[in-house]
Amino acid sequence: MTKAVFQLEPLTCPSCIKKIETTLNKTTGVESTRVLFNTSKVKIEFDEVQVKASKIEETIKKLGYPVLSSKVS
Amino acid sequence: METINKHKNHITAISFGLLLIGFLASIMGSGEISDLALIIATILASIPIFVKAYQALRMKAFSIDLLVSIAVLGAVYLQDYTESSVVTFLFLFGDYLEARTLEKTRSSLKELVDMAPQEATVIRGGEAVIIPVEAVVAGDQVIVRSGGKVPVDGRILSGQAALNEAAITGESIPATKRADDRVFSSTMVDNGYIEIIAEKVGNDTTFAKIIELVEEAQESKTKTEKFLDKFSSIYTPAIVILSILVYVITRDLRLAITFLVIACPGALVIGAPVSSVAGIGNGAKNGVLVKGGEIIDTFSKVDMIIFDKTGTLTKGKPEVTAIKTFTKRSENELLGLVARAETISEHHLGQTIVKEALARRLHVPLNSAPVMGEVVKGSGILATINGHTLAVGNRRLMDSNHIPLSQEAAEYAEGQEKAGNTAIFAAVDGELEGIISIADQIREDAHAALKAMRNSGIKKMIMLTGDNRHTAELVARKLGLDDYFAELTPEDKANYVKKQKEAGHVVAMAGDGINDAPAIAVADIGLAMGEGGTDVAMETADIVLMADKLMQMSHAYSLSKATMRNMKQNTTLAVLTVVVLLIGVLIGSVHLAAGMFIHEASVLLVILNAMRLIRFNNRRTKESRKVPVIHPYEI
Repeated sequence: MTKAVFQLEPLTCPSCIKKIETTLNKTTGVESTRVLFNTSKVKIEFDEVQVKASKIEETIKKLGYPVLSSKVS
Repeated sequence: METINKHKNHITAISFGLLLIGFLASIMGSGEISDLALIIATILASIPIFVKAYQALRMKAFSIDLLVSIAVLGAVYLQDYTESSVVTFLFLFGDYLEARTLEKTRSSLKELVDMAPQEATVIRGGEAVIIPVEAVVAGDQVIVRSGGKVPVDGRILSGQAALNEAAITGESIPATKRADDRVFSSTMVDNGYIEIIAEKVGNDTTFAKIIELVEEAQESKTKTEKFLDKFSSIYTPAIVILSILVYVITRDLRLAITFLVIACPGALVIGAPVSSVAGIGNGAKNGVLVKGGEIIDTFSKVDMIIFDKTGTLTKGKPEVTAIKTFTKRSENELLGLVARAETISEHHLGQTIVKEALARRLHVPLNSAPVMGEVVKGSGILATINGHTLAVGNRRLMDSNHIPLSQEAAEYAEGQEKAGNTAIFAAVDGELEGIISIADQIREDAHAALKAMRNSGIKKMIMLTGDNRHTAELVARKLGLDDYFAELTPEDKANYVKKQKEAGHVVAMAGDGINDAPAIAVADIGLAMGEGGTDVAMETADIVLMADKLMQMSHAYSLSKATMRNMKQNTTLAVLTVVVLLIGVLIGSVHLAAGMFIHEASVLLVILNAMRLIRFNNRRTKESRKVPVIHPYEI
């Protein structure tokens, strides 16, 4: 299981959280997603074999949230 | 789509310009130019809103943008371009202001994160090289010079420096550290030079753990927040259904779309969370780690604080306060002898004596041939030094070794104990030669902090301790505590806390987080004081005081009260806004643009109100830094 943290631009609407969380959780290979509203971060656990971190980053961008930085561990 | 997001601020500015042109033209009587300007403004400002609505719709998410989009389309259909352009502009402008102000409420944590070190100077292959902080591993030898940041948690190998530990403790007065002292990542070398051995790096450092803890805390929700979340998730769809009903029944499209605009719960959703984010952020900056909104809520209701004595009300660092000799041997001579004997002891009182001897620059060979002697558990030690037999310990040890106590000595010892000391008897060759008094000092800020907390609303303050009755009574009397209980085990303490909770008190337990862990765990709120915050304290306690200062506890208490007050103000304002808007729309005095304006204004008001918490109480914390230092020998 791989963990990644994506830093987004400041989130302003609490409803964005649901949008990001539900979309990512539907992605195959993603184990769990948590969006930290106040720090504008996405914490995600996923299976590196099934989905790449870059793919997840792409999905977040497509939802309309630019990713400022990412940290995979 | 990204370009639209990037230019959102430009779009907002241009649409504002077009709005002005439109209004001016209409005043000058040119209806056509006015309409044209307003139509362009509407279209321009709609783009980002429509895009967001579409993105959400594609993910089957029901968003505020969608409601506003429908309302704008409705206004355009009614050919009311003033309404449509004002609504879109206000929505975008509000969004911009919210983002800017929200950033401010989150600024405390951001300032903290920005203190994180970026690079480190380490010795690799005999040479000092600068590497990114991620590349440092445990065991590396790290160099930090004046003005540099400590990149890891570690121990000083050599050198000496004044360190500003504000990132960890919130305390900006530099602390002097030398060889063997622990240093923490993100603290700053004010002046000096140190070489350290890295012990914890990256995410394992205390600083990284603080950041993680505060981030998680800001996400956790209070009961109020959970309730408001639920309320708004019912409110929004209910208003949407209502607006459809209104249209079906009255055929009044204008009224129906006005409902859509006020359906955004705005201030209701954001009001309570911004308060707790600002409150938790304020705490973190002042060295108070609060583990979530729920904790703030409970802490604000606490009416009884139970303190552990050693290390909480007192410094937890025993010091030799007096040495009395009964023979012609001098103070230092006796201390030197006793200290050499005590080198075999691991008892903290024994170590205090050794430390005192070293501080007086007496010769205490620490690593030479082992001293002949034995430790008598619960009594003291017996040892042979330079051909003399020494017995150092309590009364029981004197009794069992048949060493007589003169009346003078017995009276002196009792007097010392009543003054808060532990009396240690030292006998040489079967004769009592002196008494060494050791005491743990009351914290310098204890009196002020306790008084401040009582003023803020704590009704009862109680001390529990494992120490002897005389010392306990003295500390309790000096600090004006309501009650004290001495000679307790950790289980006794936990049981006492449980009993008070059953009696209906909301109880906070303050301790050092290690041997008070059971009591801290059962209390409604567990407070841990620990220099630099030990891992155990950070895990078990609800609130961690990083600077090891009682004044921080008082700050945390008033902060929690202020935060809850702030949250209530915001909730009231949000609910009032909803009521006013609903009534206004129903009696027909609030239209689309006005509705949007009130909605955005209420959101901004709650954020601005929460921002007041960021600066809360700075003045009082600063005062506590001026407390005079009492010399240990003066008491």
